[in-house]
Order: sequence, then C-alpha cells, then structure tokens
Amino acid sequence: MSAGTITAQPEPRPSPPASGPRRSAVESTASWRLTDRLGLAIAWVLGLLFCAVCAAIVIFLFIQGIRYIRPELLVTNPHVGFDQNETGGFLAPMIGTFLVAAIAIAIAGPVGVGVAVWLSEYGRPVGLARLVESTVEMLAGAPSVVLALFGILLFETHPLGFLSEINGGVVFGKSFFAAGAMLSLVALPLVVSTVREGLQAIPNHVREASYAVGKTKIATIRRVLLPAARPSVITGHMLGIGHVIGDTAIIVLLLGDTQTLQGVGHVPVWGTLRGTGSTLTSYIFDNAPTGDLNQPNKAYAAAFVLLAIILVLNLIVDVFGRRSKELLWS
Amino acid sequence: MELRKPPPVRRLTPASVVTPRPEGADAPTLPYGQTSNGNGSTNGAGAAPAQTSGFVSARRDVRPPVATIERMQVEDVSIAYGTKPAVKSVSLPIRQGEVLALIGPSGCGKTTLLRSLNRLTELTKTASLSGRITLDGVDIATLEPTALRRRVTMVFQQPNPFPMSVFDNIAYVLREQARRRPRRPALRAPVQDALARAGLLDEVADNLDHPALRLSGGQQQRLCIARALAAQPEVLLLDEPCSALDPQSTKVIEDLIVKLREEVAVVIVTHNLQQAHRIADNVAFMYLGELVEYGSATSLFANPRQQRTKDYVSGAFG
Repeated sequence: MSAGTITAQPEPRPSPPASGPRRSAVESTASWRLTDRLGLAIAWVLGLLFCAVCAAIVIFLFIQGIRYIRPELLVTNPHVGFDQNETGGFLAPMIGTFLVAAIAIAIAGPVGVGVAVWLSEYGRPVGLARLVESTVEMLAGAPSVVLALFGILLFETHPLGFLSEINGGVVFGKSFFAAGAMLSLVALPLVVSTVREGLQAIPNHVREASYAVGKTKIATIRRVLLPAARPSVITGHMLGIGHVIGDTAIIVLLLGDTQTLQGVGHVPVWGTLRGTGSTLTSYIFDNAPTGDLNQPNKAYAAAFVLLAIILVLNLIVDVFGRRSKELLWS
Repeated sequence: MELRKPPPVRRLTPASVVTPRPEGADAPTLPYGQTSNGNGSTNGAGAAPAQTSGFVSARRDVRPPVATIERMQVEDVSIAYGTKPAVKSVSLPIRQGEVLALIGPSGCGKTTLLRSLNRLTELTKTASLSGRITLDGVDIATLEPTALRRRVTMVFQQPNPFPMSVFDNIAYVLREQARRRPRRPALRAPVQDALARAGLLDEVADNLDHPALRLSGGQQQRLCIARALAAQPEVLLLDEPCSALDPQSTKVIEDLIVKLREEVAVVIVTHNLQQAHRIADNVAFMYLGELVEYGSATSLFANPRQQRTKDYVSGAFG
C-alpha cells in the first residue's frame, strides 16, 4: 500500500494543444540506451518462451488425456490383460494417491505448524533455532529417493513391523504407513516455511496489543496469531499435498508398487494402510512408454487426472494467497 | 479542530482546581537545573508568552472539574536498551481524573517510558529498568505481568483489531486466556458496555458479527480503546493513538479521551503539540531521555520554565 502511495506522484500537467483530441503522453523507450532496449527485448522473448513451453505441456497432456480418458477408467481397478482395452482403469491408484496424501499431511500439518510457531514466536536459544532452520532447509533440498532409501531401512526394523507386513519374522517394510510417513518429510518444509512467513507478516504491535490486555504468549498464538495466519496455514497444506501426490521415488520404493490395494490382516482400514498399493504417479511410471507395462494411453489418461488435481490445488493456493494479502494491518 | 466558543485568555485546569499545586512543586525531585543549558531561563514564569499564544487559543473548552486520584507513581526510573540509555531518572505522578501527555521529539524516550508502565518494555530482551513504578502503592515489578496489563491497558499507534468479529475482539479480553468460555450470551452486556464507553456502540450495534478489520480506521481505533477498556483498567496508555487517523476521527477520539479521564488515569504519548494542548491536563516534556519539564498544560505551553521547553513548544526544534 505504502509503496503505491509513494510512487503515485502527481503527473506534471501537460499543456495540450488548443484543439484536437486530448492525448496523454506516455513514457517511450525511444530515449533508452541500446543495451537497455536489448535487455527489455530479451526479457519479453524469454517470458513468452516460458509461457509457450508451459502451455505446450499442458495442452499436449490435455489433448492426450481427453483422447484416452474414459469414465470407466476412473471406477475400475487395473488388472492383467493382453491389450490396453483389457487392463482396466486406475481406481486403486487414485485411492492410493488420496491415502498417502492424507497420511502425509496428517503428520506434516500439525508438526509443520508447530515447528513454524516455535521458529517464529520462540526461536530460543538462537543456536537451536538455526539448527532447526537448516534441518528444514536440508529436508527441502533432499532428493526424495534418498528419503525413500532411509525409509526402507527404518521401516524394516522390528519395532515398526506393526506398520507393514510381517512374514515369517521378516518385516516387509513397504506399506501406506511407510510411504506416507516418509512423504510427510517432503511436505514438512513447505508447511513450515509458508506458515512461518504468514506469522512473520503479522506486525509486532498486534502481538503487543494482545499482551497489553493481559494475555499470555500462548493465548495470543492460539487466538490471534494462528487465526490471522490461517490463509498461510491452508496454503502450506495445499502446497505440501501437491508435492506429496507428485512424488514418485518414495512411492515406488516404499509403497510396494502393487497394481491394486493389497491389505494385510482383517482389520478393514488398518489392514489397507499396512498393505501395499500404487498411486497415480507410480501408475504413470509403470505405464509410460519406457515403463514396465508400456500402456501409453493409460499413462496419458492418468497424467491428465493428476494434472487436474494439481491445478485445483494451485487454484486453492491462489485464492487463499490473495486473501492473506487483503484486509490486514498496515 | 473547530472552536465553538471564544478562547478564554487563561483557564484553570480541573486538575489545578481540585488539587492545586504551586508551579514549582510539580516536580521538585527532578534535576532540572543541572540539565538546563543555561540561558538563565529556568524560571519561565511570565517569560515571552507571545510565542506560544497560538496553542493557548486552541485549548479545548468547558471541561467539568474532575476529582483526581493518584494511581501510579514513577520514581526515579531509568531505562536502557543494552548500554544505550533511553529514559534517565524520570519521576512522575499519574492520576485518575487527568490526561497526562508525554511530549518531545522522536527518540526522546516517551514511548519507552509509556511501555514501562505496563512492563511491555520487558518484551525487548536488552531492556533494563532501574527505579520504581507503583500502581496503587504496589511496586509493579512484584505484580504478575498479565495481571498488571489488565489493570494498565494500552492502545497503539496503528489501529490493530484482531482478525475476528467486533464482538469477539472485546470478548477475547473478557475471557480467560485462550478459553472460549463464557459463551456469547453471558458476555453480551459487558461487550456492549465496553463499546458504549468507547462511543462505538451506536455505530456497530447492528453488525457486531462483522469482521473488525472492515471498520474504518477511526472506528478500528475506537474498537481498540473499547478493547483496552473492557479489562476495566485503572490506567489507560495511548501511544500516539491518532497519528494514523484523519482529523475527523482524531476529534472524536480526543473528545473520548477527555471524557474517559473521569474513569481511568490516561497517559498519552503524542507528537502533536496542538493535540497535547487540546486534551491534556498535565504535560511532561522529555528530551534525550530526560524529563525536562512537567506541569499543567496551560502553564507549560504558556509559560515554560525551561529554555528547551520553550524552544520545543514554539517550534524551534522537533
């Protein structure tokens, strides 16, 4: 707001000719140096090129998706067949995507908000805060396949055997729990950084206004700061979910990559979560032209669905991002 | 601000009516003389009132005399941020029935002094305080900060309602810490009472559920005053409450402040000398952390005893 008012200088009043249509003078680039004009031209070309590439990808997937997607693909499970007409749809991978996203964000959401609150509002001792900060940054930069590798070692240990299948004393280590837990590490840095930014955007005098009527720090956080940062909390969750459902490495290595949901034991939901399955990403990975199954039509259809989900998530992020900018304090 | 009545030439402030103090007895404990930069103007009585007559004519008129009760006492208080002193051995009384204005140029320590009155300075890690501040005779250092801050509430420079409804902004203060109880029906009366005291109830009575941040700037600031009053404080601190507002809203809030001093002790920090003159009963002029002069608004503006006060109120620096 302030930047706008500062730059809004009154225009020097032009002296229009006595007759003829009134025309407002516009700053022209004619007076610019050649290098500046060249720079502007390059910026334009690169910007348009970037848009063109993105549009090409989206349009290509859109066309391919429209061509191959059938309603029955969304409601049938994959099964074995000799032809792409016989191999079913991707209901199970869609359910799988939903399940891992739910598990991952159920862990990363509360933990991420907690870490962000601690970093933003407490952050002492400073050394510890730095350590937490760089840990989160490292996590954000770690390739997910590395996290997956660590996850395999972790979930094959006996204390965590109850989260996957145990067969003859050997822990299988691959399950929705295992994949979801490691995927939460993918979502965590996004939640932390977004929520933290939202909290730090709240001016200090708002905190002090709460202290100045006798409220404690924790009451202020719960009743003033977190509600004020709600758009950021939602945005962080959406960004986290977006990354989780787009990840492939952890799914392939930790979810077992079975075409359908393979539950363990007889407890309904618990058994499914202990079992293996696939997601849209691993489905695309397997069915891509260079994948094991090589069913490009199915891969394109699934990619279309995945892209649509991501676009919807981005739309939500956009809406809440805009809302967080309007209507707050100066 | 417009005037409705011809300006009186000289008017006794209610404070001086009820608790008359000889001019020299206002701040006898202060080392004024040492810090004066000479000029032999330490007794400013009758000295060159012509320079300040502009303020005198702007004085807000007709205020009923109010009985004063001493609420807080600032005794030889010094505050430093790290090694940098911000306030140097200041002593002041703060009385209910009076508006005390802290004036002075930027960085003179007036806001720091104000924030020390409800121990908000302690939120700054490097701040250290020596001396004693009492509230109704009790050293505030011995009070629990949250309990103290309910008795000495504060309004800030920027209007800062919380991002919730008008009703909830007040209810937040009335509820215990982060609790959600008591529920709305039980709080309706005290919430409306607080809004009425801040002169806001008539304007928001029909939309108590609207987001507080949708109110106009002046309404937001009065909501902040209502919020500060909801805790039933003994002292109300105002840190340049009108500096972000338009003249119309400023007038409404100034009238409100003058009225509120009957129920609470009011301390206001302001950059605006005319405002100090319009609403204050007593004025403390601070410069470079020192309390240069303390006295009734009429005498301080008309007959400053100190050369620096005279220079400041006449606009020689600021």
